[in-house]
Amino acid sequence: MSRLRLIEIAVGAFMVAGFVALFFLAMKVSNLGVASVTDGYQLIARFDNVGSLKVRAPVTMAGVRVGRVEDIRFDKDTYEAVVSLRIDPRYDTIPADTFANIFTAGLLGEQYIGLAPGGSDELLADGDTLDYTQSALVLEQMIGQFLFSKAEEGAK
Amino acid sequence: MLDLLAQLGRSGLAALERLGRGHLLLLGMIRGLPSLAVRPRLLTAQIYNIGVLSVLIITVSGLFVGMVLGLQGYYVLSQFGAAESLGVMVAASLVRELGPVVTALLVAGRAGSALTAEIGLMKATEQLSGLEMMAVDPVKRILTPRFLGGLIAMPVLAAMFSAVGVLGGYFVGVGLLGVDDGAFWSQMQAKIDLHEDVVNGVIKSLVFGLVVTWIALFQGYDAVPTSEGVSRATTRAVVHSALAVLALDFVLTALMFGD
Repeated sequence: MSRLRLIEIAVGAFMVAGFVALFFLAMKVSNLGVASVTDGYQLIARFDNVGSLKVRAPVTMAGVRVGRVEDIRFDKDTYEAVVSLRIDPRYDTIPADTFANIFTAGLLGEQYIGLAPGGSDELLADGDTLDYTQSALVLEQMIGQFLFSKAEEGAK
Repeated sequence: MLDLLAQLGRSGLAALERLGRGHLLLLGMIRGLPSLAVRPRLLTAQIYNIGVLSVLIITVSGLFVGMVLGLQGYYVLSQFGAAESLGVMVAASLVRELGPVVTALLVAGRAGSALTAEIGLMKATEQLSGLEMMAVDPVKRILTPRFLGGLIAMPVLAAMFSAVGVLGGYFVGVGLLGVDDGAFWSQMQAKIDLHEDVVNGVIKSLVFGLVVTWIALFQGYDAVPTSEGVSRATTRAVVHSALAVLALDFVLTALMFGD
C-alpha cells in the first residue's frame, strides 16, 4: 500500500472518529436522545406532584437500587403524573400494597423513588399499578406552610 | 528624548504593519480556498499532519482531564450531598470550556509550532521564493491547505477531547467513587442542551482552529529568514496563539452564555 493511501485512510478514520465523538456528545451527553431502560418488568405509579423527578432516576427499596424511572407522563383526565418504573426482574416479590415515595437525596440532591414494602401476600406483576403513593416534597411549599402557621401563632 | 519618541512611533507603526500583513494573509488564504477543490490531496495531507497526528495527545489529555474533574467535582459536590450532579459538572465544563480551549492550546503547541517552523524554514531556504519564481502562488499552494486543514481538524479533535473526558469522568465518578450510574447520565442529559452547550462548543473550537492556524502560519510566513528568526517565530506562534485563545474564549463565552 502506498504511503499516500495510508494517509488518506488515516484521515478518513480521523473524521469518522470525530463524528462518532460528536454523535456521542449529542445522543448520550445532551438531552437529544434519552436511552430507555429495557430489561425488567414495569410498574405504574401515579403522583399528584413529581417535583423534579427525572427519567432514569433510581428506584430504591431499603436504600438499595432495584430499578429505574422509565417514563414520566401527565394524565390530562386525572391531572396526575403517571410514572412508569422499570424494576429489575431479580426483585419480583414486591407486595401489592407497597408504598411509593418521592425522596430527595440530601438537601439539594436529585430526586428518586423509594418503595416501602407492605404486608400483603399478593405480589405485583408486570404492568400493575402502585396504589399508595406520596408526592415529592416541594421545599417552597413547606417553607410557605411553615411561615403561614407561624403567622397564625403570632396572631393568637 | 526625541529619539525615544521616534523609537516608540517606529515600533507602533511596525506592529500596525504586522497586523495589516496578517489580515492580508488571511484574506489571501480565504481567496485560495476554491483552488483547493482541484487538489484535495493537499488538504488530506494537512489534516493528517495537524489532526491525525494529534489524536493521541488529545485523547490521553482528555481522559486525564475528565478523570481529574471527576475526582475534584466529587470532592466538592459530595459536601453538599449532590454527588449525583457530577455528570452535569464534568460534561458542562468539558463541552463548554475545557474541550475547545485545552484542545486549542495543545494543538497550538503540537501542530502550530510545527507549522511555523515548516513555513519559516521554507522561507529561510528560499523555497517560497522558488515557488514564486515558477509562477506558483505560495499562499495558495502551501498556506491555504494548512489553514483549512487546521480549521477542519480543530473541532474534530475538540469533540474527541470532550467525549473521552466525559468517559474519564464516568470511569472515576461511577467506577471508583460509586456515584449512581443512572443519575450520572440522567442529570447530565437533563441539564446539557444540544444547541446551548454542544453546538456552542463546536463553534468555539472552529474559531480557535482559525485563530491558531492563522497565527502559526503568519508567524512562519513573516519570520526573519534566519535560523534565529525561525526559532523566535516558533516561540511567538505558541505564545500568541495561547493568549489569543484564552482572550477569545472570554469574549465568546460572554457572547454565548452571558445573558
